[in-house]
Amino acid sequence: MSDVNTAMVQKYRNDFLKEVEENVEEGHWVKMCMQCGVCSGSCPFGPHWDHPPQEIFMMIRAGKRDEVLTTESMWMCTSCYNCIVRCPRELPITHIMHGLANYAHRLGIAPKMNPTRRFAGIFWNNIAKTGRVNELALSLKLYFMDGFMSGIKKGLAMMSVGIGMIKTKRLNPFALISHKGVKNPKELHVLLKKAREIEDRRKGIAS
Amino acid sequence: MSEKKTAVYVCRGCGIGNRLDTDQLAKIAESEGKCSLVRQHDFLCNADGVSTIRNDIDGEGVTHVVIAACSRRAKTDAFGFDDVALGRANLREGIIWVRPDTEEARETTQEMADDFLRMACAEIQYIKQPDTNQNAGTNKNILVVGGGVSGMTAAIEASKAGYGILLVEKTGQLGGWAAKLHKRVPDREPFADPVDAGVSDLVKSVEYEKNINVFLNSSITRTSGAPGQFSVDISAESGETVTENVGSIIQASGFSGYDANQLPELGYGKSPDVIDQAELEQLAIQAADGPIKRPSDGKEVESVVFVQCAGQRSDEPGHLPYCSGHCCNTSIKQAMYFKDANPNVDTVVIFDDLRTPGNGEDFYRSAQRKGVIFTKGKPQQVSPVDGQLEVKFHDMILNDEAAATADLVVLATGQIPNSGVDIEPAAMQEVEDGGGESAAQAETETREVQIPVESILNLTYRQGVDLPHLRHGFSDSHFICFPYETQRSGIYTCGPVRRPMDIAQTMEDATGAALKSIQAVENAVLGRAAHPRSGDLSFPSFRREGCTQCKRCTVECPFGAIDEDEQRYPLFNESRCRRCGTCMGACPVRVISFDNYSVDTVGQQIKSVNMPDEFDEKPRILILACENDAYPALDMAAQQGLEYSAFVRIVPVRCLGSVNTIWVTDALNSGYDGVMLMGCKKGDDYQCHFVKGSELAHYRMSKIDDTLQQLQLEPERVEIYEVEITDIQRVPALINEYAAKIDEIGMNPFKGF
Ligand code: SF4
Ligand code: SF4
Ligand code: SF4
Ligand code: SF4
Repeated sequence: MSDVNTAMVQKYRNDFLKEVEENVEEGHWVKMCMQCGVCSGSCPFGPHWDHPPQEIFMMIRAGKRDEVLTTESMWMCTSCYNCIVRCPRELPITHIMHGLANYAHRLGIAPKMNPTRRFAGIFWNNIAKTGRVNELALSLKLYFMDGFMSGIKKGLAMMSVGIGMIKTKRLNPFALISHKGVKNPKELHVLLKKAREIEDRRKGIAS
Repeated sequence: MSEKKTAVYVCRGCGIGNRLDTDQLAKIAESEGKCSLVRQHDFLCNADGVSTIRNDIDGEGVTHVVIAACSRRAKTDAFGFDDVALGRANLREGIIWVRPDTEEARETTQEMADDFLRMACAEIQYIKQPDTNQNAGTNKNILVVGGGVSGMTAAIEASKAGYGILLVEKTGQLGGWAAKLHKRVPDREPFADPVDAGVSDLVKSVEYEKNINVFLNSSITRTSGAPGQFSVDISAESGETVTENVGSIIQASGFSGYDANQLPELGYGKSPDVIDQAELEQLAIQAADGPIKRPSDGKEVESVVFVQCAGQRSDEPGHLPYCSGHCCNTSIKQAMYFKDANPNVDTVVIFDDLRTPGNGEDFYRSAQRKGVIFTKGKPQQVSPVDGQLEVKFHDMILNDEAAATADLVVLATGQIPNSGVDIEPAAMQEVEDGGGESAAQAETETREVQIPVESILNLTYRQGVDLPHLRHGFSDSHFICFPYETQRSGIYTCGPVRRPMDIAQTMEDATGAALKSIQAVENAVLGRAAHPRSGDLSFPSFRREGCTQCKRCTVECPFGAIDEDEQRYPLFNESRCRRCGTCMGACPVRVISFDNYSVDTVGQQIKSVNMPDEFDEKPRILILACENDAYPALDMAAQQGLEYSAFVRIVPVRCLGSVNTIWVTDALNSGYDGVMLMGCKKGDDYQCHFVKGSELAHYRMSKIDDTLQQLQLEPERVEIYEVEITDIQRVPALINEYAAKIDEIGMNPFKGF
């Protein structure tokens, strides 16, 4: 994985802006930011980020590659879309945040223990396996992400909610053994593999 | 002139009849006001009312008319009788609308009305229809000084309107700064790319206009006269001088570039590759849309850094404190010179605030799309490193020290107005040398930025050879409320000599100044005043025998309208006069007056008020309110139904500058308990319509404290206020507070003497 990272560093030298423009979803918008700070001011999580969106855009232009790609900041985005609605320059900020997170992850330099990143991984593996989310498996994986004891604790805390969902047929208690996926998951796997190949080719990532 | 006959018309409309005893008002007009003809009317401003007055003027030989109805600012069309002397008693806005309609209030409200009527009757006795100005000029040609974009535009606009133009340019060609540009910031959709500067088109238009007479390599070596009758010497470099007559003057003398040598910290002078925006234009012209080469070794520029606000918007010594307004857009344009020739050139603009007036925001976006990088930072140092330049700056977003390297650094330096000689220090000197008291502040602002100055206009006015400078050396009057106006009547400024600006703003500005100069000549030939008493036919005259030659009027006239004759008496120049009355307020022996405004017209109003004795517990407060802002604010307060004390007696004045201290001392001597003066804002950000009037009034009133002490009166008995036209809520509040204060300090002991 870090081979990809090294390759990218070599390819773009210190032109991080260009790297972002060519590899990050909606990255070509970064240059249009006029540094007004409205996004940072609008973000409900802004005060808790190391680098709110405005700053991230400035860091990209200033070539601060490592700082940007290894920060937890964009992983904090909750997709509330406040910033997009308010940005006077109409930047798709939310999408850029997710694009940056995804890119850092692909390069293998995203913060390893970031809970959002880990949950995203669990979710992806879950849905990609059968083509449909196995909610029970997903919840269990999420609860037990940090170990057995903490999993039990979280499970107990959520028990009444779970029972309620079962009663109203919102959750299938037997999903672990009888989860219904799409008709032909094999085909789905081929499809996803192909999509990844195309994307990698476009971005010049050798896999 | 026929015998004087005064008629008073009391209106009963708009509720006046219900609220006031108009029979009593009519009686007062007859007996105390000594008016031979007094009529009441139910609806004076309707056709019947107006024709009643008209018929009296035509049939009964009425020469003086008092209309006791609404404010002098209302119904000016209906009551616009310009063949008689006219006075107004403000019963509506001045009384019934600001007083509660209650039984307790009835008596004091009626007393207020009685006094307002007495005041109007007293005033009218001293008013004369103004004689026409015998010295009005007749010349309607316009002189434009400066052949840059502003001068050419003004000349073309005025010429198209049918006026003869003399266009004088110091250099050998028209075009000014704009002629030295490779391209200009776009002025039309889609505001995406630099466009042709358009100078050759302007020059062609100038040549095409038959009315424009161009003088190249020439300057103005003498200007004398007044609106409608200026006489100017136009001297060519060859030494030849012609004398021409013009009606008004537009000074479009533009700007000089700031000397970047004052910015060694930004590398200017240390490396030939640090240049200013003007020098980049030269490089761009040489490159002719091809790659731009750096001066040191002719290498094609691969990276360039633009440093915004270089030596501008800063209080450091030697820097300009203001923003020059065009340079952000200019740097955006210049970055595009590089990007359009080769998108791989690194272009970085380091800015503090990016200010893009007009449609510059679209232009800015276009540059971002082309890949120009904008970084918010404060540049600290530019130094040559290994054949390149290193720009150290503080990144203001990341709060971090940062550096950029580049082949070329462009400094966005500012505009310095070509406003000629600063005449203030000389004027101040004269005051110190024995001009007596004057408001001119003793402290001269030490201007850090000095450029060698030649006079632009070489005025022969005793007040100095050029237009007074306002702030930072720009020649202007008030740049928001009355742009283009200067403190010399009939002389207007436009373009960057007035305030920093770009080409688009300059062209608008020049058009505005052209219209102003046309208005000036048209008023001048009719003997009328220009802004702000546009159309006024009165003018000041003085009683020579009484004059002590103290010079106060000549020094204090904000418009340089008064010269001196051979015997050192003031020489009033009617056509230059704006009719503010500042001279009248200044004159210690009170010999200056207008036909329709004088020490008497106001003084007699003050005296005519019925003064209750001390034990009545009815104080009287005199308000002298500037007719430009304070009086309209009072009217508007009335329209909104705001109430104020019934103890005030309000006299509108042309300007606080026209207030002679005798009015104030007379008022106190005759028993008024307090005097409020309301005028416009003074100082650097003044709103005074006559520029200095309010300031002078403040100064004079600061001296009145001694007089109050001699009379053993409290200093609070005279208060002066700065009032804006929007102070609609504040003005009644001020009055009521002041009335309460007078209540506290008690009655004036001079009552009844
Ligand atoms: S709101 Fe938009 S323009 Fe403003 S700082 Fe954020 S991204 Fe930039
Ligand atoms: S969408 Fe993300 S970046 Fe935007 S305001 Fe919401 S949390 Fe912040
Ligand atoms: S002070 Fe005013 S009224 Fe007097 S001469 Fe000057 S402009 Fe005219
Ligand atoms: S007119 Fe009055 S102010 Fe002017 S010089 Fe004579 S005395 Fe002085």
